[in-house]
Amino acid sequence: MSSFTNESSSGSNGSLAIARLIDRIFFGLTCAFAVFIAVILLWITAQLFQAAYPAIAQFGLGFITTARWNPVEDIYGALPQIYGTIVSSIIALLLAVPLGVGVAVFLSEDFLPAKIRTPIAFVIELLAAVPSVVYGLWGIFVLVPFIRPFLNVIHQTLGWIPIFSTAPDIRGMVQAGIVLGIMISPIIIAISRDALVSLPPQLRQGSLALGATRWETILKVLLPAALSGIIGAVMLALGRALGETMAAAMLIGNAPRISASVFDPASTIASLIANQFAEASGLQVSSLLYAGLILMLLTLAVNVLAEVIITRFQQIE
Amino acid sequence: MSYTVAPMRKAFGAFMTVLATGCALLLALPLFSILWTVISRGMSGLSLAVFTELPPPPLMQGGGFGNAILGSLTVLAIAALISVPFGIMAAIFVSEFARGTKFANFVRFGINVLSGVPSIIMGLFAYAVVVLTTGTFSALAGGVALAILMIPIVERTAEEGLKSVPMETRQGAIGVGATNFQTISQIVLPAALPSIATGVTLSLARAAGETAPLLITALFNNFYAQGILQPIATLPVLIYNFAGAPYKNQQDLAWVASLLIVTLILIVSIVARSFARRQHFG
Amino acid sequence: MTVSNTQPNPSSAATSEVVISTEKVNIFYGAFHAVRDVYMDIARNQVTAFIGPSGCGKSTLLRCFNRLNDLIPSARVDGRIMFEGTDLYNKQTDPVEVRRRIGMVFQKPNPFPKSIYDNIAFGARINGFKGNMDELVERSLKRAALWDEVKDKLKQSGLSLSGGQQQRLCIARAIAIQPEVILMDEPCSALDPISTLRVEDLMHELKQQFTIIIVTHNMQQASRVADMTAFFNAEAAEGGGRFGYLVEYDRTQNIFNAPQQKSTQDYVSGRFG
Ligand SMILES: Nc1ncnc2c1ncn2[C@@H]1O[C@H](COP(=O)(O)OP(=O)(O)O)[C@@H](O)[C@H]1O
Ligand SMILES: [Mg+2]
Repeated sequence: MSSFTNESSSGSNGSLAIARLIDRIFFGLTCAFAVFIAVILLWITAQLFQAAYPAIAQFGLGFITTARWNPVEDIYGALPQIYGTIVSSIIALLLAVPLGVGVAVFLSEDFLPAKIRTPIAFVIELLAAVPSVVYGLWGIFVLVPFIRPFLNVIHQTLGWIPIFSTAPDIRGMVQAGIVLGIMISPIIIAISRDALVSLPPQLRQGSLALGATRWETILKVLLPAALSGIIGAVMLALGRALGETMAAAMLIGNAPRISASVFDPASTIASLIANQFAEASGLQVSSLLYAGLILMLLTLAVNVLAEVIITRFQQIE
Repeated sequence: MSYTVAPMRKAFGAFMTVLATGCALLLALPLFSILWTVISRGMSGLSLAVFTELPPPPLMQGGGFGNAILGSLTVLAIAALISVPFGIMAAIFVSEFARGTKFANFVRFGINVLSGVPSIIMGLFAYAVVVLTTGTFSALAGGVALAILMIPIVERTAEEGLKSVPMETRQGAIGVGATNFQTISQIVLPAALPSIATGVTLSLARAAGETAPLLITALFNNFYAQGILQPIATLPVLIYNFAGAPYKNQQDLAWVASLLIVTLILIVSIVARSFARRQHFG
Repeated sequence: MTVSNTQPNPSSAATSEVVISTEKVNIFYGAFHAVRDVYMDIARNQVTAFIGPSGCGKSTLLRCFNRLNDLIPSARVDGRIMFEGTDLYNKQTDPVEVRRRIGMVFQKPNPFPKSIYDNIAFGARINGFKGNMDELVERSLKRAALWDEVKDKLKQSGLSLSGGQQQRLCIARAIAIQPEVILMDEPCSALDPISTLRVEDLMHELKQQFTIIIVTHNMQQASRVADMTAFFNAEAAEGGGRFGYLVEYDRTQNIFNAPQQKSTQDYVSGRFG
């Protein structure tokens, strides 16, 4: 037999056998953890499905299409919350996309010396680190009183348009949407900026060489070239807005109804769960979990799409 | 022939520049407003009592949130105890044993998607797994929810840290007869420690401000919790509860708590960032 | 030629004790056939040099001698590599044990990001060394001709040393585990001429106790340090691609002064692409 396996000149064969055993165990352990992380999403989905099953069995897909949330009669349907989730996210995007892309262009070009640009980029990163409950607090005590006069003016002058048709209150869809928009803009800025910065320099040089001005280059050459990266950023931000709980729960008013006017209180899936979960029981808990499952699938779809778009973008590069 | 740009085009450029600058200022405004209000309103309510006393009932003066500070630390400790081993072990597998394989891409994809799942879903999951089995809302359930939130951040930074250790260093260890375990545990991990520590700290900073998952797992407790299988107070939930309260004293405490959390998060983010920058390999 | 007085007698490779012997070794990276049909015997307590143009598989073959190719998932070795009568690629052979007995010094100095002391102690510790560690560290550093330069800063990071010092630290690290063979893959290519000379002197010193196989690009270096020299070349394969093979293997003197093959002659006289 070989001298490497049976006897050893250094006399460390016993310890070597132990070392090899440890090695195997270590490999197995790390592998198990990695597999666990890779499939944890499936576990989460399965758990939610199981806990939500009573409501799923009871209401089926009608849960998505009916507008009723009645703990007294134990009948539930989450249409208003789904509507509120989507509409508040759209308002957030309407605010964050132009602002965010504008700032991304601003930061990726040399409008400002790097000395000023770096701190601005840092400040915007900080914007992403502030907890959402603090945004909510700020929204309640600072933003809402501040924008109220503006909302009143809009209602008085443009009230004939259905979306501005009701008198603004201290809570409502638009307040939640604005805070959500501020919260998600750092995501849009960071990823769009990366997309713009990583464009090949020949693109810019080529356009400038043809006599285009800087802004013509940005709008007609750079932004279209970075488009898929920017769309990916917007999708990620949308995913964040859909699932954001605290800003919505604190500012949207939590009224389970569908109204054309963005000045009316509304509610989202996440705010519904945050509000009712602790006090709920029985079928209501299952229904809240069912709503959560819908929210999760919604954000998953958006995030996977974002992931695909961004990956595709990186491959083209 | 003149070599100046047509006036219209020039004006358009100037207009766009102003617009972009406007966007940046418009976004900087809320941030400064948030920082300013948190600091000014938080400072005015700050006192030693807030660290030691219990939350005041409505219409009472004074009080504090000692229980919420302790509760946040407890929940974060539980979350770290779960997420750090998970994140690091998985990162080791991906970086050391499965680098460049399809499986590594699969884990990467899973983690990217996981990091996009809303935090309230983690709360629902912890509710289904922990609260339903133990029969009570608890610090443990809150810790599990936050742990799942932290895992992607820990895994990603740990993986980056491990990958920044040069391949030659590993070969050197293998070359003197080290097993994979010896190489990783004694050479690679210590070298990657600074960035792993950065990742763990950043993930803790992120988790410290999370409210939604705690709202439906840890709930709240007006007193000090007696153990981890009881509802427990945390700073973010306290902010949420008091923000919606009609009493000035409670609202003031919400601002003080916000000041504490924001200060903590900002300090940790800045320190972790400069820490990450310092490390290098010769 | 500046051949040292330790030059072996003409038939040395055949008569002195053989440590490593290869039989029809073929090495593949996936479908790529990197090295073809190598037969060679490496003699104990001698310095054997591998020379040849880049990409002819010198490093690839060298890494097989301590199974470092195991780290490359696509690498595959056919044929037999015998080390003291054991087939290194036998299923029962433990690569970790192989590496404890066949050490390696790499092209780029790669000290561990640890103190100078721990750089040396690491290998000894994991190999179950029970003796006086301070003594071992001192002895190894002395043998690597590094002791005088670092004896006052053993606690400093190995990365704080200069390139030449780092490489000698890596040699000290390799000899601390007392292997029988030391493989060196272009150990001087990243060093300045003075450090290079020190490492070469070291090799003369070390071959009293160890068998050394060194890959080098530098023909002067091969002629200065090596007793035996193997010349490798690469050739276009019929199916496309290139494979490396052993052209000629003889006493260093013969390779440089009286090569049998024309390509060897071309290479050592610098008339080679
Ligand atoms: N890890 C690897 N994967 C695939 N091919 C490799 C790898 N390492 C080396 N090769 C190929 O094997 C051949 C021999 O390489 P190498 O042994 O490094 O040559 P040398 O050391 O003589 O310069 C080269 O064609 C090289 O491209
Ligand atoms: Mg080589």
